[in-house]
Order: sequence, then structure tokens, then C-alpha cells
Amino acid sequence: MIEVQNLTKRYGEFMAVDRISFSVSRGEIFGFLGPNGAGKTTTIKMLTTVLKPTEGSIRVGGLDPVRDQGAVRRTFGIVFQDPSLDEALTAFENMELHAVLYRVDPRERRGRIEKLLRFVGLWDRRGDFVKRFSGGMKRRLEIARALLHEPRIMFLDEPTLGLDPQTRNHIWSYIENLSREEDVTVFFTTHYMEEADRVADQIAVIDHGKIVAQGSPASLKERVQTVSLEDAFIALTGHAIRDEEASTADHMRQIRRIWGRR
Amino acid sequence: MSAIYILWLRQLKRYFRTRIRILSSLGQPVLFLVSLGFGFGPLYQRAGAGNYLQYLVPGIIVMGILFPSVFSGIEIIWERQFGFLKETLVAPVSRFQIVLGRTLGGATTALFQGTIVLVICSIAGFRVANFFLLPVAFGFMFLIALLGNAIGTAIGSVLDDVQGFQLIMNFLVTPLFFLSNALFPVDGLPALLKLLVHLNPLSYGIDGLRGALSQAFLFGPGIDLVILGGVTSVLLGVGSYLFSRIEL
Repeated sequence: MIEVQNLTKRYGEFMAVDRISFSVSRGEIFGFLGPNGAGKTTTIKMLTTVLKPTEGSIRVGGLDPVRDQGAVRRTFGIVFQDPSLDEALTAFENMELHAVLYRVDPRERRGRIEKLLRFVGLWDRRGDFVKRFSGGMKRRLEIARALLHEPRIMFLDEPTLGLDPQTRNHIWSYIENLSREEDVTVFFTTHYMEEADRVADQIAVIDHGKIVAQGSPASLKERVQTVSLEDAFIALTGHAIRDEEASTADHMRQIRRIWGRR
Repeated sequence: MSAIYILWLRQLKRYFRTRIRILSSLGQPVLFLVSLGFGFGPLYQRAGAGNYLQYLVPGIIVMGILFPSVFSGIEIIWERQFGFLKETLVAPVSRFQIVLGRTLGGATTALFQGTIVLVICSIAGFRVANFFLLPVAFGFMFLIALLGNAIGTAIGSVLDDVQGFQLIMNFLVTPLFFLSNALFPVDGLPALLKLLVHLNPLSYGIDGLRGALSQAFLFGPGIDLVILGGVTSVLLGVGSYLFSRIEL
């Protein structure tokens, strides 16, 4: 479903992503792990057509995100790291807007929206403004929204970041469900190793823009002779704490924390 | 087509649901109306230049339109990190449709804002000279709203941090307003200031609106329309182009 060959993104001298290759088969849950600033989000951006690669080739659902932008965009759903809902609209209106943008058949719209809002347990709150939702509810709504046009691939960038264990558990059961029952291919990034261990069929560990290990969680643990994936991760990427330069996105996140959401 | 419509509708819903923002953006024009209009009014009258309120109000209306419309364009900076913009950027919809929906929505709400200012000014004593020219006035108001949106979109597409926002407001939008014929007549100005006012495209928008509302053109409706329309079209083109090149 996803084929990546020698994918590279260079910003001046800095190699954000450095000749990485991997493939994800249909219906598989693929975990993309790495420390802060390793190149996870940059990779997702290139896979989802919003950033042009410097070099290398990508196939998403058999199509090239650079040349067949529109067609690729119809094949996937995405949940971003930072929220992308319109908080001044209701949950239902957010879903409706997505349906129009993705040209979901108007006769099917209502039925599908109801099914998905029930799936994430938000149907009773459909008329509430999103700004009144908790972090977990917003994330669930984003997942429901991303599924509305029946994508064959789901991209999730840190889908459980900042959520309590109950909500995280919930979200992962939705995602497992998708893969097992709906045959949706899932590509996610996370910081939580135990989550990756639990749900991922395949894992790639990226560090300094390069993939340092790939395989099933069990095979990775075996390879570096560790009990937990967390230890395997540390063994693969080293103990050093990553002090990255704050990006403008980090700066804006900070302002957002200080001033609250608008 | 439906994408443009729904994005336009979204801007309207957002606007009418955040009443606090409507109130706060009315504050500045009303303050100018009261302090300048009534403060300088007697002086203006004594100088034999006529009724200052009739002169000033079109400028105040433009103020009520320009600032919110630049702001609604510039919101792109924030929205592409934390907002709904990202959702539209990965959708299978052309960037041109997105920018068109956003701009038309932002311009519509700014036009509404300008209308409220006009109503407030009328209550304060402003007299519309000829009601048949109101459609012309709304036409100029809408063009000014588009101009502001286009400026905001162009800047918002290029900047990637909200820090630059204050800078733009202080060094671009505020001078654009003050160095125009919004607040004072052009006759007898020092040469440099007079030149700046003539070079400022906003002056032609204000002149058009003033002509339609108070029937006192300086440049004339034809020149106003050609220059304002021309500059707005170019900036809309630039804004759409820069918007189409946004990467996340």
C-alpha cells in the first residue's frame, strides 16, 4: 500500500530525512518510531502530499503523491499531531464540511456521519461546539472525520499524545478494529513504546533521518536482546537526550499553551 | 463549486458565532468616530471646510473593513499549525478553490462589519447624500474588503510564525490607513505626504466610497474603480499564488 525508496528531504545542509526505504502492506499496522526531531513528521508530510521530497520515490496506494496529488489525497485519511478541527463549528458541521470537501455522495452523508460518530461515541454530542470538547473527544472526532471518505490508508501522527491512559486505550482499539475488520492500512508515529508493541505488525525506527532498524516488534527485541521495546529503542538510538533547535511550530505551540486555545 | 460555497459559509458561521470579536473590532472605528469626528469637527467647521463628519465617516467605515479583513487573511499563519486550514490543504480540492472560498467569506463578513459601522455613524449624525448611490458604496466596500484579504493572504502564506504579525500590522497596515485620505483632505498637504496619499491604493477606495456616500469625489469614480480594482486583482493573484505554494 505504501512503497518508499531512498526518500530524502534536505533543508540546506540539514538532512531531515536521509535515503529511507520501507514498505507497508495492505491492512498492516505500521509503527514509525523515533526520538524528537528524528524525521517522523517530515516523512508523514511527504507521504501525504503536503511537502515535496528532495529525492527518492513514493507510492501511496500505487500512486505518486507528487504527480497524482488529487488522486492520492482521496486514498488516505490523516490525523495530524496538532488539532485541525474548526472549533467554532459543531462536531456534525465539521464532519459535514469534510464530506463536502471529499465529495461524499450527499445521499450517503448523513448515514455515514452517524455511523462514524457512533463509532467514536460522539453521536450524542454532535450538536455541541468543538471548543467545548476535551482533548480526547477532539482526537476521536478527528479520527472519525478522517474515516468519512472511506480511505484505504490512515496516517496518524502521534494520535495519543497528551491523552490519559483510558482514552489512549480506547483510541488504539478503534485503530486495531480498522485494520482487522475494515482492512484499512495504518501508518502511525508514537512516543509510547508499549503502544507500538501492542498494536503494530511492523515497526521502523528512525534516528537522525535514517532508518536504524525495521521488523516486527518481537524481531526487534530479539535482535538487540531486550525484554521491552522501550529498551530496544534506547539500545538502537542511544541514551543521549536530543536537544533540537525549537522550530517555529514549537514556538507557536508554546504561545498556544500560554494564551490558551482560540 | 460546493467546496467554495461551504468554505464561504464556514467563514460566515465563524463570524456570527464569535460576537465578542464583532464587538472588539467595532471598538476602534467607534473610538475614531467619537474622538476625531466630534473632537475636530468644530475646528474643521471654523476653518470653513464644512461638516467634518461627512468627510470622515467614509474613512471610518474603511477602517472597520480593512483591519478585520487583513486579519482574516493573516489568520492563515495560525490556522495552518493549529487550525482547520491543514484539513483543507490535504483535501482533494484545488488550492485556488480554497483561497477563493476563504477570501469571499472574509470579504463578506468585512462588508457586514462596514455596514454596521455605517449604521452607527448614521445614528451619530452622518447623512447619506443619495440613497440611490448606496449600491456603488457597497461595491467599493467589497473591493476594499477583498484588497485587505488579499494582503493578509499573501503575508499569511509567506510568514510561518505569529511573531511577524504585529510587525506587519505596525509597519504595513496601519500606515496604509493613516497615510491615505481617510482622516484629512488632500488639499494643501505637504508635498511628500500628498505624494504618499496619491501612491496609496487605499486612497482611491476611500475616495470612491466618499464619493458615493457624501458626493465629494477627489479623483472621480472612474479612476477610483480602475486603480482600486486593478491593484486588488493583482494582489488577489499574488495572494492565491503564494497560498498555492504553502507547504506544511
